[in-house]
Amino acid sequence: MSPAAVSVTSREGIEVHQFGWPTSIGIPLLAVFVQVFVSKWLGFIKIFDFPLLVTIFFAVARRRPIPGLITGAAIGTLQDVFAGSLIGLNGMANTMIGYLASSLGVRIDVDNPGSRFLMTLSFCLVHRFLYMVIDRGLVGANEPWYWTHTLVSAVANGLMAVVLFAGLDKLKERP
Amino acid sequence: MENFFIRYKNPLVLMAFLVIQVIVLATQVKRPDNSRGSNAEGTRLIRVWTVTAITPFEHALVSTGRFFRNTWHSYVDLHDVRRQNRELREEIDRMRLEQVRLRTDAEQSRRLQALLDFKQRYLGPTVAAQVIGASGSEQARVIYIDKGSRAGIKQDMAVITPDGIVGKVRDVYPLSSQVLLINDRESGAGVIMEGSRLQGVLRGKEMGELRVMDILSDEKVEVGERVITSGGDRIYPKGLPVGTVTAVGPDPDASPFLAVTLKPAADLNRLEDVLVVTKIAEEAPESAGNEAPHRAADILAQRLPTVPKKEENAAPTTAGSGTAGAQPTPPKNNRVNPGQQPDQAGSVVKKSAATTGEVNAKPSPTPKLSRPQPQAGDTEKPPR
Repeated sequence: MSPAAVSVTSREGIEVHQFGWPTSIGIPLLAVFVQVFVSKWLGFIKIFDFPLLVTIFFAVARRRPIPGLITGAAIGTLQDVFAGSLIGLNGMANTMIGYLASSLGVRIDVDNPGSRFLMTLSFCLVHRFLYMVIDRGLVGANEPWYWTHTLVSAVANGLMAVVLFAGLDKLKERP
Repeated sequence: MENFFIRYKNPLVLMAFLVIQVIVLATQVKRPDNSRGSNAEGTRLIRVWTVTAITPFEHALVSTGRFFRNTWHSYVDLHDVRRQNRELREEIDRMRLEQVRLRTDAEQSRRLQALLDFKQRYLGPTVAAQVIGASGSEQARVIYIDKGSRAGIKQDMAVITPDGIVGKVRDVYPLSSQVLLINDRESGAGVIMEGSRLQGVLRGKEMGELRVMDILSDEKVEVGERVITSGGDRIYPKGLPVGTVTAVGPDPDASPFLAVTLKPAADLNRLEDVLVVTKIAEEAPESAGNEAPHRAADILAQRLPTVPKKEENAAPTTAGSGTAGAQPTPPKNNRVNPGQQPDQAGSVVKKSAATTGEVNAKPSPTPKLSRPQPQAGDTEKPPR
């Protein structure tokens, strides 16, 4: 199957990237692996959310809502499966982030490091908010909201996104 | 519709993914049940949601079913109620008819009981009869009774009720008879004023009124005075109630006589059961009293000559009749029997031809109206 099968170009004048199957599957798996397993030995990694960053990257790069939400749903669900949490918590949150990010990628320039930082910071806050809503509303958990930790995590993820996205840009394939 | 899915494809896909994940999440989450204690295992969220989502529809379904069931039951009940109502109405109608029948029977029983009492008090033989018809005309005031010649009914027999006289038999058939009422124009009877002892002839008028004729205008007749039969007509037994004076005035057709209007004692318009006097007895009935019936021994004792008491014999003795005590004393209740002349009965009343009810009876040779002379032993008082 050609790489075009997993990337759709729809609009003229917008740079749409596509990725090969190994990239499309391997990067999310790697992100989940790092987030779930490596964080056991490297505790500071927990402040990052690599599955979320990968979701944002692929959604913005593909600029298509449906592939973006599918990517988010798959990565989030995979994260829930490996993390041992309730399946669907990160899945729903990442689905909506993937949808929003792909929709946003159509309208603004997301290749600039500054915009990537701000975009990622914003999506991290939104993701955290959605996660809390789902956790409290559906599951009935009563996990407290820590503003400081949330903001620090969002800034850290924004910074990590600038670095990570620059590396992942090398995996983009021109149609 | 197709345009809708195409236009909103992205949000719809997002919603579908979210719904699927919500369902997946709900299958894992268990909501704690506080009612079963803190250690109790909760119910899965998918079950809670499912039940919560289905409950309104289930409730609506049950409510709808209950509504239709109640409606059906109400219809069935209403149908039953209508049927029961119809049956109850029919039963009420039957009971009303039964009530009417019982009331009629009771009324008839009361009338017959009164008739029987009257008949038992009445010494003469009578035949009970029922009124089965009327003339249906204002000109002829007659009725038909269900007894005829086979029952011993003969012409000119008196027909009476416990309240008063009714009339006399005019025509006799084997199984029925025609009775001429006393208020018919052709009818007549000898009557006497109970208080003033004036005698007259009872006649019917065109409008069915009862009027006593042949009373001189200088006589005094009071309204409300009772009138009884005189017995002089040889048809009606003496002393039977005839009626009550309702009006007194000069007779324009026969001056200088009075026209005395009566209200009949018997309700001539509502006759049902009557007695036919087959043989006029020597003793008249008790007209309206509730006294005990006469015994035969008493009647015989009254007829036999008795020795008068001293007070009673004082007058005859002073009259110079030394044999007064040896002569038979007139009966105490010396009544005018139908076949007996008034003078023979010991009455001092001088009767005119009119007073004998000559319309239907034999004429009297001495037509003279006079006030009865009040003397000792006058027996023209109403029979008791």
